[in-house]
Amino acid sequence: MTKDDCILKTEGLCKSYRMGAARVEVLKGVDLTIRKGEFVAIIGASGSGKSTLLHILGTLDRQDEGAVKFEGQDLSRLSAAKLNKFRNKTVGFVFQFYHLLDELNVLENVFLPAMASRSILGWLGCRTWAKNRAKQLLERLSLADRAKHKPYELSGGERQRVAIGRALMNEPKLLLADEPTGNLDSGTGNAILSVFEELNKAGQTIVMVTHDERIANKAGRIITLVDGKIKHRDKQTQVQ
Amino acid sequence: MYKLILPFRYLLKRHISYLAFVAVALCVFIVVVVMTVMRGLVTDFKQKNHRFVGDCVVGTDSLVGFAYYEDFVKVLEQQDFVHAVSPVVKSYGLINASGSKQNFGIEVMGINAACHSKVTAFTEMLYHTKDDPTRAFTPGNDPNLIGCIVGIDRWLSRDPNGIYKYESYRRRTKLAISCFPLTPKGALEKAGAGMVNTKTFYYTDTLHSGLARVDSSVIMLPLEQLQLLCGMASSVKRISSLYIKFKDDVRLETGRDKVAALWRDFVKEKADEKYAYLFKTVTVQTWKENRRTFIAAMEKEQTMLIAMFGLVGLTTVFVVFVVFYMIISHKSKDIGILKSVGVSNANLIQIYLVFAFFIGILGSAVGSLLGWRFLVNINSIENWLYGKFGFQMWDRTIYAIGDIPSHIEFKILIVIIVSAIIACLLGAIVPTWQAARLKPVESLQVNQL
Repeated sequence: MTKDDCILKTEGLCKSYRMGAARVEVLKGVDLTIRKGEFVAIIGASGSGKSTLLHILGTLDRQDEGAVKFEGQDLSRLSAAKLNKFRNKTVGFVFQFYHLLDELNVLENVFLPAMASRSILGWLGCRTWAKNRAKQLLERLSLADRAKHKPYELSGGERQRVAIGRALMNEPKLLLADEPTGNLDSGTGNAILSVFEELNKAGQTIVMVTHDERIANKAGRIITLVDGKIKHRDKQTQVQ
Repeated sequence: MYKLILPFRYLLKRHISYLAFVAVALCVFIVVVVMTVMRGLVTDFKQKNHRFVGDCVVGTDSLVGFAYYEDFVKVLEQQDFVHAVSPVVKSYGLINASGSKQNFGIEVMGINAACHSKVTAFTEMLYHTKDDPTRAFTPGNDPNLIGCIVGIDRWLSRDPNGIYKYESYRRRTKLAISCFPLTPKGALEKAGAGMVNTKTFYYTDTLHSGLARVDSSVIMLPLEQLQLLCGMASSVKRISSLYIKFKDDVRLETGRDKVAALWRDFVKEKADEKYAYLFKTVTVQTWKENRRTFIAAMEKEQTMLIAMFGLVGLTTVFVVFVVFYMIISHKSKDIGILKSVGVSNANLIQIYLVFAFFIGILGSAVGSLLGWRFLVNINSIENWLYGKFGFQMWDRTIYAIGDIPSHIEFKILIVIIVSAIIACLLGAIVPTWQAARLKPVESLQVNQL
């Protein structure tokens, strides 16, 4: 693997939390490399640290030790403003519980990342482009007729597709999905996974966390996390 | 743009924000009404005092008074900034209505009706002789009799609406007024049994100044008559005060300073005169300074009310704080979502501060509108309450108040609205700050949903 192929790399990631008087070590030195265009599934039992790892990869949380490098750039060295920009432009998040804003309709939820990175004047300048882009995404996700609906008027699968639309709004280089089907029935879950597969075929790099091996099998590579460490790698192993 | 859209949607969708909105509206409503009424009463009281004494007073509280005033009146009348001057004698006496065996203590004021009507709103305070104040001391058609003007509350009663029950004709009532004449040194002019001067006057008119103390205890007499009664009509006549009215374009303090300078020169000029020592207690004051003891009490009440309603404002800050704390506790998921799409802490703070601003501006607008509607109808409401339940905010048979003031001052309204908005921002700042400090991962945890 050349240096240019690697989009994300972690070195000796450690993370612990205080729970009452005790300190729980969640990640105990995780080394991981994700290549551009890869669809990676991270699996592990509940409490194995997979969501924590994903949050650290997306800079929603900070590691205690180790480094996360995105395209060679150490993310821990970025300022708060650059981290905000990173979250806005470079990564897209899809959460298990969708995490849509109830006050905004579907279309607004999708173009929220475009709005968030711009001032009022900047937004007025690109409003038409952003709305069109959001509409295209909704069409692609078969939600065009739901654009004016509020999230609470949608089914679980529809909400998750809206969340995917939002995650893709700014054309991020990396899509991070935390148990994206965890709250859906198997049929709907499969539909979401199909969306991910399509995106990946189009070149989208995806890192997905799941506890379900059947879902993980849809990914190109599976990383198993046990007790805060990567135990073994299935499918395409030995990527480093 | 989301910094405007989200707060607006929060305001519409979050019912709890209505609580903060209602708290702000109620607070603004109360403050607008109370401040308007109280400020109106104070302003009205000040105006009445101004109308009663003119612009400037050269005078003394001493019952002996001061002499050579006629010379100073001439000096003043030559000044281009002086409109008119009125010499006044003020003292205390006893009154005895004909046929009565009882004497009552009164304040007596001696004035020259013609001069006094040029300096003060004296004419407007009369009833029967309003059109011709020179007849104010002429009872009936008999020019040989000497009249007196009686404070209205001493003469007439009022109905519950505060309307005086004026008589259609002037009763010919004899009033014996007694005063203690004093020498320029302050000693009693007469000794023994006949130490008082008593003279009979005939009621000519009532004096309605709107000042409770004046209307209930003052009797006005012709200047020269009171000078005789008080022993001030000797070879060198004395008075208590000179009331001065400035020309319209003269600033109060400027006029007062000019009069003070003239007075200093006058005192120097008269330094060798026999009664020059009486000048020592004479002061030159604007009407505000002269009536300070009365006005200060009212202003103190107003200040106390402002302080009390400042506390009401603090309560609003607390209500907004609680509401925002609750809203933000419920919206921590939103904070995580916004942070996950790259919204900065500063922008998050702005979202909630704009939300607080919306609550403040809308609450103030509604509160002001309600306050305005209430004030427009405040007198009708009071009349209705009185008619229905016999309730009156101020008993008009006791207080010298006509209508309840209801004129909203724009400047005050702006101050109230700005204060309400600031109160909302203050109430929101701590929970907002806490929200901004939340780590995205903390607010996105499942147990936060």
